[in-house]
Amino acid sequence: MSANYNPFSLVGKRILVTGASSGIGQRTAIECSRLGAQVIITGRNEERLQETFSQLEGEGHEALIADLTKNAQLENLISLVREINGAVFCAGKSMTAPFPFCTEEKFEEVFRVNFFSQMELLRLLVKKKLLVKQSSVVFVSSIGGIERFSLGNGVYGASKAAIHSMMKTCAKELAPKKIRVNSVNPGMVKTHLIEDLAISPEQLDADMQNYPLKRFGEPEDIAYGIIYLLSEASSWVTGHALVIDGGVTV
Amino acid sequence: MEINEFIENFADQFDDIEVASLTPTTVFKELEEWTSLIALSVIAMIDEEYDVLLKGEDIRNASTIEDLFNTVKSKQEK
Ligand SMILES: NC(=O)c1ccc[n+]([C@@H]2O[C@H](COP(=O)([O-])OP(=O)(O)OC[C@H]3O[C@@H](n4cnc5c(N)ncnc54)[C@H](OP(=O)(O)O)[C@@H]3O)[C@@H](O)[C@H]2O)c1
Repeated sequence: MSANYNPFSLVGKRILVTGASSGIGQRTAIECSRLGAQVIITGRNEERLQETFSQLEGEGHEALIADLTKNAQLENLISLVREINGAVFCAGKSMTAPFPFCTEEKFEEVFRVNFFSQMELLRLLVKKKLLVKQSSVVFVSSIGGIERFSLGNGVYGASKAAIHSMMKTCAKELAPKKIRVNSVNPGMVKTHLIEDLAISPEQLDADMQNYPLKRFGEPEDIAYGIIYLLSEASSWVTGHALVIDGGVTV
Repeated sequence: MEINEFIENFADQFDDIEVASLTPTTVFKELEEWTSLIALSVIAMIDEEYDVLLKGEDIRNASTIEDLFNTVKSKQEK
């Protein structure tokens, strides 16, 4: 056995992680650093982003504050990023609204974060050739809107379905540049996001019983899937939606 | 904010319920028509009409329509 053998290693890679001030993005940034990556973390909340930063292992990391729905801040972020080998888009928000309440305003609010800002970020990274050859892009999509259609989840689900579609398109169009594009599609994961849902703890517990593995996900369950997609272990994988959901969609 | 108007908005979330059959003391979760989709609709209506974002817990902790009205009122004052 070779002590250094690790096909999932991220040594020598610079990786941008959005939504790194909380939940899945935070855990992903930390785990990437533990596997040897230099990470550029971004989020809006300075204090929580700093908390993530303080947990990163190794040297050469950067923390950049940006509200991705503000074009000037997004462009400023891009100007500071330099060349990267990978990008993980974890910034996102949830929304519960039964159909009669799904106004254009609500679609816009959710799509700005979950879809438009991610497209613009990726577009600029590609256009400015900041993603080097053999790089990997990972969207954090969802089973919601793609595999599962829960009551009141329409606006959010539609934003994830839009990401799902563009993930596939980008995988095809960016393949000549040797950029791989994939997504992870989590089931319910214990983060702030689900604390904001309009459902009670009892309803959450009841929902948990639908999961064959009888628990919700932890942020690291998703981070490890993202790491696989960032690493050379997945170098023949593109256009793939990796469902990580405790079996709930089975 | 006024309770009669609140009850009308509340009744609006159901497909076939008479406003007149609802009173401040109605224990809404015992209504035959009450479903989880209606609970979500009530939360969304309160957000839209009263600019208060309730959580599932707030619905759980309320028993009558008046309880819910009072929760919304106290959150509006904050
Ligand atoms: N938790 C789940 O059950 C679950 C399931 C499926 C998919 N997902 C997806 O996973 C992703 C991460 O969610 P999470 O559960 O980790 O949620 P979270 O703990 O609430 O984290 C959301 C992150 O997004 C950032 N963000 C939100 N709006 C932003 C904006 N306008 N500009 C920049 N950053 C912004 C937040 O930054 P600040 O805090 O600094 O504002 C935070 O870091 C989301 O795309 C979500 O849809 C989550």
